Amino acid sequence: MAGAAFRPAGDYRSSYAADTRIFDTAAGRWWCLGAVAALCLLPVVSETTGFDLKYELSLLIQIGYLGIAALGLNILVGFTGQISIGHAAFFGFGAFASPFLNNNFGIPVFFAVPLAGVMATAAGMLFGIPAARLKGLYLAIATLAAQFILQDFFGRADWFSGGTHGAPAAPFTVFGVAFDTDASFFYVVLAWVVLLYLAAANLMRTRDGRALVAVRDHYLSAEMMGINLTKYRTMSFGISAFYAGIGGALYAHYLGFVSVEGFTILFSIQFLGMIIIGGLGSIMGTLMGTAFMVLLPEVMDGLTGTLAGTRIDLALGLKENLAYLREVAIGVTIILFLVFEPDGLAHRWRQIKAYWKLYPFSY
Amino acid sequence: MDWALLLQLVVNGLIVGALYGVVAMCFVLIYKASQVVNFAQGEFVLIGAWVCWFFLTKYQIPFVWGFLLTLAFMVAFGVLVQIVVLRPMIGEPVISVIMVTIGLSIVFQATMKWAFGVFAQPFPPIFAQESVTVLGLEVRTVYLVSLFVSLGIMGGFAYFFKATRMGLAMRATAFDQQVAQSLGISIRTVFAMAWAISAAVSAVAGVVVGVVNGVSSALSFIGIKVFPAVILGGLDSIVGGVLGGVIIGLLENLAHFVDSQWLHWGNMIEIAPFWVLIVILMIKPYGLFGTRDIERV
Repeated sequence: MAGAAFRPAGDYRSSYAADTRIFDTAAGRWWCLGAVAALCLLPVVSETTGFDLKYELSLLIQIGYLGIAALGLNILVGFTGQISIGHAAFFGFGAFASPFLNNNFGIPVFFAVPLAGVMATAAGMLFGIPAARLKGLYLAIATLAAQFILQDFFGRADWFSGGTHGAPAAPFTVFGVAFDTDASFFYVVLAWVVLLYLAAANLMRTRDGRALVAVRDHYLSAEMMGINLTKYRTMSFGISAFYAGIGGALYAHYLGFVSVEGFTILFSIQFLGMIIIGGLGSIMGTLMGTAFMVLLPEVMDGLTGTLAGTRIDLALGLKENLAYLREVAIGVTIILFLVFEPDGLAHRWRQIKAYWKLYPFSY
Repeated sequence: MDWALLLQLVVNGLIVGALYGVVAMCFVLIYKASQVVNFAQGEFVLIGAWVCWFFLTKYQIPFVWGFLLTLAFMVAFGVLVQIVVLRPMIGEPVISVIMVTIGLSIVFQATMKWAFGVFAQPFPPIFAQESVTVLGLEVRTVYLVSLFVSLGIMGGFAYFFKATRMGLAMRATAFDQQVAQSLGISIRTVFAMAWAISAAVSAVAGVVVGVVNGVSSALSFIGIKVFPAVILGGLDSIVGGVLGGVIIGLLENLAHFVDSQWLHWGNMIEIAPFWVLIVILMIKPYGLFGTRDIERV
């Protein structure tokens, strides 16, 4: 995999098959399967036993749909090296597209979600056309414009998004069974997360995936090797918008209502924060970064809760300004990670694993 | 056709455009000197306005002193930001540098909301006379002064880069950092100076807009509007930045005029610059005066 640059000594690969394996070790594969199985049990535990895990489930669902969208952004930024500051707009596009298809054309939600992804892909490719010619900061500025134009479009297009009133979204249903509680919707999100993360991991093992990485590492050399830059840059935009669209659609059907205010530039920056914290160009890192970003406000809440009534609280007015405190925390975390740990949590995690693998002789 | 409205909007556009031009100039200055795309430029504008407002209302000092104190504060602030946050990022990829300034922008934005609230606060009255008549047109004094301030800043920049030692050193650094270094120019000083000047001059724009409309977090939107201006003018051209700012200011007001007269779509004043931005990036990504960078491998 692409993230295998950091590997302990003694770990040799002797065939291409070994080098492109998704999981480095059998143990890693079993751990992953075990984790998914454990997550499957979680709603059952919450429903049947005394433990009330509703809140934890809702957090996990959030991590799920945001993680899908963040993975899309990581494919664009981390694997292809194209920066986008308009990801929330595509997320929003998906969030509106799925209820739009469902409410207006009667397409079942089950099919509306992937179709919303396809519609977001189309929108992404449209804004990806300038991307084919631009790179670096020019692209960042182009996507910034896309963010504002799409945001304006949501507020304007009554037929699509319900304008300022927002759009209602029906619950997810399969064969008449509605997945309208946290416990049941959790399985929907989990299924999509597993599917899309596996798809991304596999994409990186294909010719196309390697082409994306080549475009990132040195686009001129890539072009000389016969990689069609225009095609892969636009494609990467499309894939990223597809993931964002799916994430957005799941978000819409989870909340049951989509309003136009949610998809601001700050949300886009949060997505960028997730992949930077998690690690650019790391698939599992994306999930870690998303979890970090979702749990950060929770930690902040806890912190202000413990500080409540103390002198610090009174001096700074923490309770009333919690929203700004979160924004500050997000910004500071992004800066700290970029300055001190540019490779993100995924890199840290690999270091920890490598350390324990060779413990106590670290050489 | 409503000629009075058109004239009013054109005048508005010129004044707002001049302010965009000033901020765009600051943006280009940082980009030229230290190759950093500063997404926190709008927050410099915002911070400048709030700090000046704070000095004036909290300590009741005369405007001139408050203004000078603000400038001093912003110089220190710009240098501090450069040293603490941007210096470790030298040599990092473009994406990381962009992300750091985006991070800075949301930190500043949220801190300002935290410290001063979200509601617009009016400046204490500064001019005795509310409005003056120029060529038969009623113009508010603040607007006139802001136009002159903008022109003054632009003139100052021109002099600074043409005639002073520091300005020449900056131009040399922008041209080639290694050569400049070998000529004995301290790159660190140049970077710090660029950030200091940029922060201080942005603050001037912030104070001017604050005096006109009151201070609120919406001020930092100038920092976003700067992007269409600098892309139109060319990212690394100071003249381009100024011209781009004026054109964008005029253009958004004309878009507003067309919209209010015929189209009735609403919100054109906010969104038209971004359509322009996309179009420019498609047909002429280096803008009017920008240098087309040639890559050698």
